[in-house]
This record gives sequence, structure tokens and C-alpha cells, in this order.
Amino acid sequence: MSKRESSLSNLALTLFIIAAVAAIMLALINLITTGPIQKAQQQKEKDALREVLPSFSDLKTFYIPNIDGEDSLKVFEASYNGQIVGYAVSTYTMQGFNGKIELMVGFDTTLTIINTQVLSHAETPGLGEKITQSDFKDQFRGKNPEKFKLSVKKDNGDVDAITASTISSRAFCDAVDRAYRSLKAWKGGE
Amino acid sequence: MNQWQNFSKGILKENPVLVLVLGMCPTLAVTSSAINGLAMGLAFTFVLTLSNVIISSIRKIVPKIIRIPVFIVIIATFVTIIDMVMHAFVPDLYKALGIFIPLIVVNCIVLGRAEAFASKNNVLSSLIDGLGMGVGFTLILTVLGMIREILGAGSIFGYKFIAPTSDGILVFILAPGAFLTLGILMALNNLYKNKMSNKPKNN
Repeated sequence: MSKRESSLSNLALTLFIIAAVAAIMLALINLITTGPIQKAQQQKEKDALREVLPSFSDLKTFYIPNIDGEDSLKVFEASYNGQIVGYAVSTYTMQGFNGKIELMVGFDTTLTIINTQVLSHAETPGLGEKITQSDFKDQFRGKNPEKFKLSVKKDNGDVDAITASTISSRAFCDAVDRAYRSLKAWKGGE
Repeated sequence: MNQWQNFSKGILKENPVLVLVLGMCPTLAVTSSAINGLAMGLAFTFVLTLSNVIISSIRKIVPKIIRIPVFIVIIATFVTIIDMVMHAFVPDLYKALGIFIPLIVVNCIVLGRAEAFASKNNVLSSLIDGLGMGVGFTLILTVLGMIREILGAGSIFGYKFIAPTSDGILVFILAPGAFLTLGILMALNNLYKNKMSNKPKNN
């Protein structure tokens, strides 16, 4: 392939030049794409908040202890003209069929669920993926976990699992339940 | 071999998926819907074509014994570029394809074409070879995705044509469906090839 001799200096020089050109190109592309990547992520969070909270004028962000572990959960406290109207908890579960599922769960001040929104998941398309659809999610709306047991009917709960996706449904309940219990514990100790 | 033959060999005669049976990992994993297959194919075509061009244009100045690391650096650079660009501008698609975009780096087709073709041929031929292979790969992934989506989810490119709450034949969305569909496509391709090679005798 080459007519140049394979001396050590030749090899080092060639590799160095190619790696340097690659690094410069990547740095340039990185510069161009960092902004849009961040914007897209912020937009996603904003959309989710609008979905799960009543209309609000102010948003306060803080972290509350996660009741199940050492990690903390991010909470958005929404208020309207100084009056607190609800909390959105960014929660998660590791029990998804394909690992982590991240959710945003909105509660009003009595800890009744307003709505839920899936932020990220890796569930099977066509099966567990249905946790993102309103057919499944809507059964949580307006329910207070005090009276509405957050587990699937198979586990003696009140949640209708998705056909053939009990694991994903269970995981979803687990995430919502974690948000509820953590928020409740935090509010109780406030 | 003229340039048209050079281009079209990637589509049927030397199709990377059906004939060379390379790059099975993304082929089987991401084709659960037509749009995923198409997007994966396009990202792959971008990487393959550009890395073919670059590798071909520097083939005379790269000492032979370090060609593989050089190929890998070039391929990885293009993969990282497409990865960042997709993350920034088509985040939903980026999420659907997930790990398979970075994994184009180790896709045997890219390195295979670099070694077998681009490092031995001029820039134009390498460009055409990359495009042909890319189109062949994209075509098969899209067809595979379409078949699986139609049978498995009852929709095509996301547009549902059966009742919105009903399901398709779920096995086609899951991993076994990928193997079944790919096997049938390969069989059809072989059938076609046999017919073609028998023709002169029959006539």
C-alpha cells in the first residue's frame, strides 16, 4: 500500500498527524453541537414539567433525599403568585425490562398525582414501550397513592398492567411509588 | 469494472447483509421499525462513504504496518461526528438507535471495505463503493424494519393502519422476528440468484 519505508519516525509521524487532524475536527464539531444538545435536553425537561404540573409562574428546584437509597431526587416546586401549586419529582426505577426508566411525576399539594411523563426508557418497542402512552399512564391521573395502591393487579395493587408487559408496568409503578414516598417523607419532615 | 457495476454490486451481488453477512449486530437489533432501519442505514452510509474516501486518498502515504490503527482512527472520527450531530439535531432518533451509533466503529463492513477496497483503489471508485454498500445496507435495513413493523405493530413509518389499541404479531418486534425475517430475505435473495445463474442453461 505504501512506498514509504516503515521507519519508526515515519510511523510515529503519520499516526500523529492523522490523530491530530481527527482531534481538531472533533473539537470543532463538538463546539457546534454542544449548544443544541443542551437545549434539546432542557426543552425536554420543560415539556415534561408543563405536562405534569398545573400552570405555574415560579419554579424552584431542589433535591430531596431518596427514601430507598443514598441518591437524591430532583424536585421542582411550582408556585403560582406565591402559592405552592404542586411538585414535580424526577424519579427513576432500575427494574425496567431493559434497565433504567426515568419518569417525571407531578403531584399537587395533597400529594395526588396530577400526571406522569416518561423521560427516558429502553423498553421493548411495541410492548413495554406502551408505558409512554396515555392508555396506560392516564390511570394514574388524579389518584392519591394513599388510597390507590401503586402496584399491578397481579401483585394485589390497583394498576392495570399492560398486556404482556407486566415487568415494565411494575417498574413504572416502582418509580412513581418512589417519588411518592420520598416526597411524602420530605414533606412530613419539613 | 465500470462505476455503475461498482455501485450496484453493493445492492444485490455483494450486498453486505444478505451476501457478505457482515454487520449483523445493528441489522438485527435496530430494525424493529422502518424509521430506525432507515436512520441506521443513513448514518452508516455517511460513515462508510467518508471513511472510504479519506482512506483511499491517503493510501499512498500511510505505511502498511500501521494501516489498521489509521483506519480505526478515521472511522471512529466519523462515527463520533455523526453521533454528536444526531444527538444535537435529531434527539428522538438518537435515543432510539442508542448504543448502535457508537458501535458503527466496530461494524465489520466499514473496516472490511477499507481493507478490501478503499486501500487498493482510487478515490472515485472508493466513493462509489461506499455509496453502493451504504445503499445496499440501508435498503435491507429499511425493508427489514418495514416488514417487522407491519407485521409486529400494524403500522408503517409510525402510521398505524390497524386499530390503535390492538397489537400486531408481537414476535416480529422481538429478537426472534429479526432472525426470521432476515432468514427469509436471505432465502429470497438466493432464490433470485439461482434463477439468474440458471437462466442461460434453460434458454
